[in-house]
Amino acid sequence: MLHALRVAWTFFKIGLLNEFAYRANLYLQLLQSGVAVGAALGGLLVVFGHTESLGGWGHDEILAVLGVYLLMSAAMGGVIEPSMARLMEDVREGTLDYTLTKPVEVQFLISISDIRVWKLVDVALGVIVLAVALIRRGDAVTVADSAGFALMLLAGGAIIYSFFLAMAAASFWFLHIENIFAIFSDVYQAARWPIGIYPQWLRFILTFIVPVAIAVTVPAEAAVGRLTGERVVLALAVALFTLVASRLLWRLGLKRYSGASA
Amino acid sequence: MLAIYWVYLKITVALQFQYRVAMAVWMINRIVEPTVFLVVWVTVAAARGTVGGYGAADFAAYFIVLMVVNQLTFTWIIYEFEYRVRSGELAAVLLMPIHPFHSDVADNIGYKILTLIIIVPVVILLTVLFDPAFGFRAASLALGTVALAAAYWMRMVLDWTFALSAFWTTRSTALAQIYFLVMLFFSGRLAPLELMPPWLERLSWYLPFRWTIWFPVELLLNRLDRAMIVTGFQMQVLWLVVGLVLLQVGWKLGVRKFTAVGN
Repeated sequence: MLHALRVAWTFFKIGLLNEFAYRANLYLQLLQSGVAVGAALGGLLVVFGHTESLGGWGHDEILAVLGVYLLMSAAMGGVIEPSMARLMEDVREGTLDYTLTKPVEVQFLISISDIRVWKLVDVALGVIVLAVALIRRGDAVTVADSAGFALMLLAGGAIIYSFFLAMAAASFWFLHIENIFAIFSDVYQAARWPIGIYPQWLRFILTFIVPVAIAVTVPAEAAVGRLTGERVVLALAVALFTLVASRLLWRLGLKRYSGASA
Repeated sequence: MLAIYWVYLKITVALQFQYRVAMAVWMINRIVEPTVFLVVWVTVAAARGTVGGYGAADFAAYFIVLMVVNQLTFTWIIYEFEYRVRSGELAAVLLMPIHPFHSDVADNIGYKILTLIIIVPVVILLTVLFDPAFGFRAASLALGTVALAAAYWMRMVLDWTFALSAFWTTRSTALAQIYFLVMLFFSGRLAPLELMPPWLERLSWYLPFRWTIWFPVELLLNRLDRAMIVTGFQMQVLWLVVGLVLLQVGWKLGVRKFTAVGN
């Protein structure tokens, strides 16, 4: 465990060194994140100029959803997506050999192989938006709420991570599917709003086919004290299932991998 | 000229047919975004009855038509142009005895024709699912189609002109982010412009985006009075002329500045 943490820290440092070579990219990231948050907040403001609540969610609660949405995008853009993109490239090019020879659990290694440090900007923005939402809401956040929030955030992260791993593992069978991540991030924008507002069929797609709903809405529910025991069980069950299933798929794919000379 | 376009079109269709999957993936954002706002506004209207004169069925109609108008008129030239300048590929384009604008238009139209295969079923599906109140009349459809064609040329010319900024900065796609953000708010993609804050709605009259998206959409749906229709067409012509002049001037200045890198 300690060893794993040291490896992760090393990768973080490598990421930092990489990014420091292109410092102007920080400003680019600031601009990009600013534009994304500006667009999202603007959308919320316009909608709430005309209504008090949306599908039973008040202003501040929807703002909390946006905060969680930003945190999840930071995790996705900061480590999950770039690492999985690298995995797909390594499979295609045969350079996964170098990773396989390392004396560390391979799944762990490929999951943190590319860390984009500037995405921490999105983490900061997500925390700020979430904090503003909770302060404006005014209700005290209890210890139980915080614990539930942390747990649901982890479950949500696990779901998104597993989904990306499964997509990346598919490259063991189909070599050219790099577009698949673009589909996910395009659909992900639907999670900016609470899942409950969508019609049944769309909710089904967003929960089970492209599982962005649980990953964002449920942690937000926890943050604003709307979490029910039923949701906790659902989120944990889906997280556990996707983690196991994606790991199986990854192992199965790895068996097919035949190296650089193939 | 038409013969040249025809050849370009055939090349483009053949080329893009090779990238069927990428082509479909590319469209998802332009399908998801209006669908999400459709759902949001239908939810608002369902709770309140109507919002600024729009009922749930009106919102559904607005965003479905908007999806089509946006799909037919959007361009990706800003990204492509930046690549051309950065990679030096533009040097080869400059050798052609014809302005590169034309091949870009043909390329764009080819893509739009091919993607009809996707957008048509999506529109039918959304129509079945959301029960929109389309207010189409023969006259509104006829005038709306003219406005749509004008909007297509406006976006093509204005985006192309904006893309020329790649001659002066290597970060034109970053600049474009701001351009797209302004477009998002002032074009009516978030909500029909009547529902935007009054200052923003007033400002939108002086920017091109209102006339490229909101105007054709509302005209097609027969929601505009005569005065607004006249103003809309006038603004479209005005922006087209302004855009064409800027394009000519910018292109001349830019090419003079261009030094092919790397080739």
